[in-house]
Amino acid sequence: MLRIEYAYWLIAAFLFYTGLRNLREGHGWRAAFWLILGALFGSGDYILAQQATGNALPSEFAGAGVIALALLAPRLHRTAHVETGNGEQRLQSAIRLGHRLFVPALLIPLVTLLVALLGAHLFIAGHAVFAAPQMTLTGLALACVVALFAASRVARTSMHGGVAEGRRLLDAIGWAALLPLLLAALGEVFTQSGVGAAISALATTYLPTGSALACLLTFALGMVLFTVIMGNAFAAFPVMMAGIGLPLLIQQHGAHPAILGSMGMLCGYCGTLLTPMAADFNLVPAALLELRNPYGVIRAQAWSALAILVTTIVLMWLFVFR
Amino acid sequence: MNYWPLLGVAVIIVGFALRFNPVPVVVSAALASGLLAGFHVPALLALLGKSFVSSRMLLIFVLTLPAIGLLEHAGLREHAQRWMARLQGMTLARLLIGYLLLRQLLAMLGLTGVAGPAQTVRPLLAPMSEAAAEKILPELTDNDRDELRAVAAATDNVGRFFGEDVFIALGAVLLIQAFYTQHGIELTPLSIALWALPTAIAAFVIQSIRIWLYQRRLQRRAAQTHDKPAG
Repeated sequence: MLRIEYAYWLIAAFLFYTGLRNLREGHGWRAAFWLILGALFGSGDYILAQQATGNALPSEFAGAGVIALALLAPRLHRTAHVETGNGEQRLQSAIRLGHRLFVPALLIPLVTLLVALLGAHLFIAGHAVFAAPQMTLTGLALACVVALFAASRVARTSMHGGVAEGRRLLDAIGWAALLPLLLAALGEVFTQSGVGAAISALATTYLPTGSALACLLTFALGMVLFTVIMGNAFAAFPVMMAGIGLPLLIQQHGAHPAILGSMGMLCGYCGTLLTPMAADFNLVPAALLELRNPYGVIRAQAWSALAILVTTIVLMWLFVFR
Repeated sequence: MNYWPLLGVAVIIVGFALRFNPVPVVVSAALASGLLAGFHVPALLALLGKSFVSSRMLLIFVLTLPAIGLLEHAGLREHAQRWMARLQGMTLARLLIGYLLLRQLLAMLGLTGVAGPAQTVRPLLAPMSEAAAEKILPELTDNDRDELRAVAAATDNVGRFFGEDVFIALGAVLLIQAFYTQHGIELTPLSIALWALPTAIAAFVIQSIRIWLYQRRLQRRAAQTHDKPAG
């Protein structure tokens, strides 16, 4: 049966490959960076299993590995992605292959979709083909393998050629690939350190709690601000709800819980569009698309985010105290 | 109340403002907050390592790179651009707004992993947008291309975010429900998801208007450069 862990091992293998290729080409720092990351991915299951049984030593090593990655990252100079082959060659190939080139590219969303929709109903000899946790992502990993196979058939090249091209793209993305994981870890450390509790304690100290509008604005803007800092609306929600939403808006001013929860979360989503801390949505796409300004995606969506935020706050004010 | 861990937030703000490499900035912020909260070094290392490893799913997009890389080497982007250039009636705004709608509807069904910056934007949407923009303004500058790609990525984000909150079995709705249950308020997931709809519609309208305005800006510039040689 296919589990998400296999996808992690596949990633680890790809990271090791990238590291070894860099090592052979004399890029020592880059090689070390990808090899350490590969080791973290390869041993992830073991680390979590040991942690669950109370042995924290592998986790401590992993933490040291994360610090090593942080020290290596500034030495990774992000080189613009060097295209292989010349443009003329690619154009000729594009004319020759035509729409067939779309097939493998569309297989990635298509296979993922099929697994997401039907994966739960697939059984072989009474065993589920896909494990339930993270089934969509398992499907995405499978789709990538299928697409690579199909692409090599369409382009009549070896799959190894694809892995080599993929490694180029990964080197072009560089340390930006790491940020989403680091920020998730940071969010966890912030929560455990009581950063959220401290912020909501500060906010309630200065808030005129008698005014429903002031409470609502503080709650909505607090969701935005907190999401901007943490990079994740899910981290902001329990803090703002426990600090302001539940005691002041719902219990004191009689706000409608479903509306407050739903729209409050959406205010946080507007914050996600504005912050470099949400690296997987904002910085990684900028690196993937090879924008010269790493904050280009945030700039492109900032006015949308603000307009959606204002609309949501107005809607909340209209409906939440019905 | 121990306010010292807030210095971790200050580390982040200063680090990003001074444009230091974000990776060491983030790790320093985590170490600062943890130490100021009174964590011992081994416990803090374990917390950092465990949380990092637990979010490995966030790197899954790298698995798309070999297939995408191979296809781009074989001319995928060139083909997408040539095809867009031939399609009659497919304007930049129609392409992006159509994608926005599709992305939002898929996310409403809980299918957020189906599209994304690596899966669909880089190989398909971005080159198609560039080709559609070239139909309006043939001489795109590098800055224009950067902005176009950024608009494509932004459209993908807006579609995803303001669709997924309407899906009843996805993180956001379940998180809201779980919070209320813990505090003695029982709500059905459907009632929460339903109240995400007004914002979802507003987000679609707002992003569509911005796409349309962006296209009109390109058209005006094209009209100006067109007039100059004549006048």
